Amino acid sequence: MTEPVIIAEHLAKHYEVGGGLFAKPRVVRALSEASFSIAPGKTLAVVGESGCGKSTLARLVTLIEEPTAGTFEIGGIPATPDNWARLRDSVQIVFQDPYGSLNLRHRVGTILEEPLKINRPNLTAAQRREKAREMMDLVGLRPEFYDRFPHMFSGGQRQRIAVARALMLEPKLMVLDEPVSALDVSIQSQVLNLLLDLQERLQLAYLFISHDLSVVRHVADEVIVMYLGRPVEFGAKEDVFASPRHPYTKALLSATPSTEPHPDRKRIKLAGELPSPLAIPDGCPFAPRCWKAQDKCRLDRPPLEGDSHKVACYFPEN
Amino acid sequence: MPLLEIRNLTVEFTTAAGPFRAVDGVDATVDQGDVLAIVGESGSGKSVSMLAMMGLLPWTATITADRMSFDGRDLRNLGARERRKVIGRDMAMIFQEPMSSLNPCFTVGFQIKEALRQHLDLSRAERHTRALELLDLVGIPDPETRLKAFPHQLSGGMSQRVMIAMALSCNPRLLIADEPTTALDVTIQAQILDLLSDLQRDTGMALILITHDMGVVAETAQRVQVQYAGQKVEEQPVRSLFQSPHHPYTAALLSALPERATERRLPTIPGVVPGQFDRPQGCLFSPRCAFADDTCRKVDPPVQGEDMGFARCHYPIATPAKEATS
Repeated sequence: MTEPVIIAEHLAKHYEVGGGLFAKPRVVRALSEASFSIAPGKTLAVVGESGCGKSTLARLVTLIEEPTAGTFEIGGIPATPDNWARLRDSVQIVFQDPYGSLNLRHRVGTILEEPLKINRPNLTAAQRREKAREMMDLVGLRPEFYDRFPHMFSGGQRQRIAVARALMLEPKLMVLDEPVSALDVSIQSQVLNLLLDLQERLQLAYLFISHDLSVVRHVADEVIVMYLGRPVEFGAKEDVFASPRHPYTKALLSATPSTEPHPDRKRIKLAGELPSPLAIPDGCPFAPRCWKAQDKCRLDRPPLEGDSHKVACYFPEN
Repeated sequence: MPLLEIRNLTVEFTTAAGPFRAVDGVDATVDQGDVLAIVGESGSGKSVSMLAMMGLLPWTATITADRMSFDGRDLRNLGARERRKVIGRDMAMIFQEPMSSLNPCFTVGFQIKEALRQHLDLSRAERHTRALELLDLVGIPDPETRLKAFPHQLSGGMSQRVMIAMALSCNPRLLIADEPTTALDVTIQAQILDLLSDLQRDTGMALILITHDMGVVAETAQRVQVQYAGQKVEEQPVRSLFQSPHHPYTAALLSALPERATERRLPTIPGVVPGQFDRPQGCLFSPRCAFADDTCRKVDPPVQGEDMGFARCHYPIATPAKEATS
């Protein structure tokens, strides 16, 4: 059994919004009670709708923001702000939009070498260049692309450049924030294959954030389903997809359009929309939209319980 | 007579680097009560062909067609004033991003009533009642207060419902939905798709659904038209398209979906959609096609018959299932 790359316990992030001279600021609980660990070569997928705290989690893990509560460690080193500088080498992120995340004024070579310039100051220019070329070869970019600008590439190629840049410092953990949702289907499969290949070869741990369940089903080993900033279900991919226990997971799965046309399929329709994160209901956050909710659900918040397949619900399925 | 008939529609944009053909000889026929889905990747000309029909393209676009008629009216040389009487009334469109399609300066009620004021002969009070009715129809709770809301006060799903209410305000005979759910969450997407299907069934209007999501197509459409690089490459009823695609592009696209994957490595389509400067000779899909030979690279492919799903291909895929039955 190998040591997990990252172990997180009870991570939480609250933001204060509003407030003035006399008004009290209100608190947005963007993320609460997130606990997980990822082993090398494994993928943990985080799924949920907008506002469920997926991206906040990514910001915490990539050391962009400090958690309000909870702790996590990367490669055995606790991630406190004192250690951020040396941990940043081992966590890298790939963003959703390859059109916005590359500097249009830099050539591909410069983009790839920039992390080395900052984090490996003792490398010579020739060494940096060589490393960049190796990386381009690894992610399937042709050597002549070295001198080109990002605008000359399609979305899929740009996402390859973004992946290459993230790999330059040889991280152990990659945070993939919706890496394929901006891409067309035929390009999406190329990038997914690349990510899976790289994971196998470099034994990377992935934190894969997505709202697309069919992609998650393909890449993930374990899945966390989030709702309004809280994990509501956690388990191995097979368990979560085959026998979802939380009603929300069930609804999410049934709402995902499938390409096998069968019009008589019964879809669970969720009434209403996500409540505002400023006014998260007491009790179970999903209760206002849940068809099984009872008085107990509205009063107490169910804890995330279970052995390998955890669920936060008083009346789980199955 | 079909409600909408388009034959050989071509749209060319004048760009600084020369003409760019975004739509290349597209046909479409829609009857009353039809649900047609147009699928394709970005750059396949699916939105442009519908915008051309609505007359919403900028002046840089040159639109030519052998036939483009809606309800017996020729759309090709309709004047701007005449056209405005048709679009928004008999033919309405829902756009992709609900948040940016509504005018942020005016209340939702004002924007819905604007369409009614332009097209129908109703009094102020009647317009108000109709607006309430519409919001109720699209499932917005508490319509009276929502009418006074500004777009920024609504969520994405709510804004899209308002857009649908607006499009439906004059009981259109054809509704074009351009990626109506792409910007929305899955559970909201399911709500909106159900709403569109229900409305279509109840009112008997025709619906054209433009999308890139194969799942949405499978669950909503009756007929599907696949576009690639500005050309229509295949048209089939939805079930048989998913069971036995005839054009290699459709087949490759379907097998590239992660949910259809049987192993860890997904089958891919190498290369990218051709752009303005690298349009190949012959079949446009030939550089990426697994079955292409020299004929494909030189000669424009013919359009096959209905049994081959009108595939624009020299060598359409005849599936075992079809062979067995024929």
